[in-house]
Amino acid sequence: MATSASVPHADDTRGIPGDAAQTPGTGGDADRPRQGRRNLLHRLDIKGAPYAFIAPFFLVFAAFGFYPLLYTFWISLHHVELASMNVMEWRGFGNYTELWQDDRFWNGLSNTFTIGVLSTVPQLLMALGLAHLLNYRLRGSTFFRVAALTPYATSVGAAALVFTMLFERDFGLINWMLGLVGVDNIDWENNKWAAQTAISVIVVWRWTGYNALLYLAAMQAVPRDRYEAAALDGASRWQQFTKVTIPGIRSTILFTIVLSTIGATQLFGEPLIFGQGPNGVTGGADNQYQTLGLLLYEEGWKNYQMGRAATVAWAMFLLLILIFAAQRVLKRFTSRTS
Amino acid sequence: MTTESLRPRAGARARTPRDTPTPSRRRFRLSLRPRAGRQHHAGPVAYVLLGLATVFSLFPLYFTLVAASSDNTRVTQSPPPFLPGPHLFDNLGKAWQDAALGKAMMNSLIVAGVIGLSTVLFATLAGFALAKLRFKGRNIALMLVIGTMLVPPQLGVVPLFMMMTELGWGQQLPAVIFPTLVSAVGVFFMRQYLSEALPDELIEAGRVDGAHSLRIFWSIVLPIARPAMAVLFMITFVHAWNDFFWPFIVLDMGNPTVPVALTQLSAGYVRDQSLIMAGALLGTLPLLAMFIVFGRQIVGGIMQGAVKG
Repeated sequence: MATSASVPHADDTRGIPGDAAQTPGTGGDADRPRQGRRNLLHRLDIKGAPYAFIAPFFLVFAAFGFYPLLYTFWISLHHVELASMNVMEWRGFGNYTELWQDDRFWNGLSNTFTIGVLSTVPQLLMALGLAHLLNYRLRGSTFFRVAALTPYATSVGAAALVFTMLFERDFGLINWMLGLVGVDNIDWENNKWAAQTAISVIVVWRWTGYNALLYLAAMQAVPRDRYEAAALDGASRWQQFTKVTIPGIRSTILFTIVLSTIGATQLFGEPLIFGQGPNGVTGGADNQYQTLGLLLYEEGWKNYQMGRAATVAWAMFLLLILIFAAQRVLKRFTSRTS
Repeated sequence: MTTESLRPRAGARARTPRDTPTPSRRRFRLSLRPRAGRQHHAGPVAYVLLGLATVFSLFPLYFTLVAASSDNTRVTQSPPPFLPGPHLFDNLGKAWQDAALGKAMMNSLIVAGVIGLSTVLFATLAGFALAKLRFKGRNIALMLVIGTMLVPPQLGVVPLFMMMTELGWGQQLPAVIFPTLVSAVGVFFMRQYLSEALPDELIEAGRVDGAHSLRIFWSIVLPIARPAMAVLFMITFVHAWNDFFWPFIVLDMGNPTVPVALTQLSAGYVRDQSLIMAGALLGTLPLLAMFIVFGRQIVGGIMQGAVKG
C-alpha cells in the first residue's frame, strides 16, 4: 500500500528501496527494462491479488449455489423425469398451479410451519436462559459450555435414531416416565401433534447449546456500565436481564431467528429418520409430519418428477423471501411504535 | 475466557495502555462494583439449572451407550435399562458390518477432511483480502458473502443432481465435496479474526521488503491466522461429517457417508434396537473424541464467530 503511492518511473531506482536492495549490481542502464517489468508486476499484484484471493469463494458459490438456484426455476417450468433428465418438456407454470391445488403441499407447508414454531421458539428461549446462566461467574464454566455444545457434534442420523427409541410407544423411556406420573402411553409416531413435538425435541436438543453460545458471546460484549447504571437506578436482576441484556444482544437474537428459520424451512433428516424407513419419506402414514423438504424429496426421488421437485424447491425459496420481508416489515413497524 | 486463545499473542499488535488494564486495577473495579450484572456469582439455583441442562444435553448420548451395550430383548422392555450391559463390543462389531461402517467412515473422513482443508484455505484467502486489502468493490463483495449465507444450498438440489449425473459423479464423493468446497460463514469468520489480529504494519513492512501478495499471505498471514484456521477446520469438519440432505440424495448405500449409512440401520423391517444404537454410537464417536480433546477451542471458535452486540 505504502509503496504503491511511491512507485516511480523506471528510471528512478531510489524510489523503491526494497527492489534496489534486492537487485545486486544496481545502477546500470541494463537494469531498466527489468525494473519496468517489476513495477508492472507489482502494480498488477496490488490491483489483481485481492480479486484472485476472493475468486475461489465466488466461483464455487456461483457454480454450485447461485446457478443451481436459478436453474431450479427453469426446471420448475418443465416436465422432467428422473430417468430421462435431459428430456425437458415445457409446461409453463403448470407445475405451480398443480402444486397450488395439491393438498400435500398445503399439508407440508403447515407441518413445516408448526414444527418450525415448535422447535424454534423453545430452542431460542432455552438458549437465552442457558446463556444467561453461563454468563454467571462459574466453577467449571468450560465443562458446562462444552456439555451444552455436545449435541451439536451429533449427526442428524444418530440424534434422530436415539430419540426415535426414547419416544417409542411400548418400551420407550419417555412413555415409561410419563407412566410414572399416570399418563397413558402416547403413540408418538402416529399421533400428529405428538409426532411433531417429538421431531421438534430432536431439533431443540441439537441446537440449543449452539445458540446459547452465540448469545453468551454477545452478552459478554454488552458494556458493563449499562448494568452499573441499571443497578444504580435500582433495577432488579430480572429487570437488568430484560432491560439491558436483551436489548444489548438484539442483533444476535435476530441473527439466530434468521438462521433457525432457514433451518426450519429445510427440515428433512429428523422427520425422515423418525419415520423409520418406509414411512419416513411420506412423513408418517397420513403425512402427519411431512415437511416441505420431505415433499421435495418424495416428488423428485420417489415419484421421479424432477420438475415438480424443483417447483417445491422454488416454493420454499419464495417462502423464505416472504418470511424475511415480513420480518423486515414487522421490525420497522415495532421500531416505529416504540 | 476461552476466546483468549484466539486473540493475537501479546506484542502482535501495538496496544494502547487503555486496552490492557493492569490486573490489580481490574480486581479493584470488581470489588468496587459487585452489583454490576455480569459480575454475579452463580448461586445454587444456577448450578442446579445448569446441571439439568447438562443432563438434557448428555443423557441421549449416554442412553445410546446403554442401548448399544445391551441386547435387543433387554432394550425393548419397559422400564428400559439405565446401566450399560455386557454386549457393547458384540454389537459394535455387528453394526460395523451390517451398515458397512468401515467404508462409510473412510468416506466421511475423506469428505470432511477435504472440505475442511479447502474451506479453511479459501476462507483465509478471501478473509485476508476482505479484511486487509483495498480494492474496488470490497464492501459489495463482503455484502455478497454475507448475503450468500441466507441462500440455503438445498434449494438447488435438483439441478445439482443433474449436474453431478452429467459429470459422471453420481454416487461419487466429488459430488458431495465440490458444492461445499467454500463456506460464507468461514470467510466471514476469518475476516473478523484477521481484521483484529493482523496488524497493518506487518503487511506494509512486507511490501517494503518487496514481497508480493501471495508471499505476504504465506509468510505473514498464515502464521497469524493459524489458531483461527484450526478452529474453523474443526467446525467445518463437524458440519461436513454431519451433513445429511445432499449426501443422502447423491450417494447410494453402496458408497455412503456415515449419516447416510446410519439410515440403512433403521430402514429395515426387522429392527434390532441395540444394533441401531451401536451404529449411532460408532458414527458419533470420532466427533465426540474430537469434542473431548478440543471442546474448549471449538466453543471459543463458535463464540468468536458470533455477531456481537
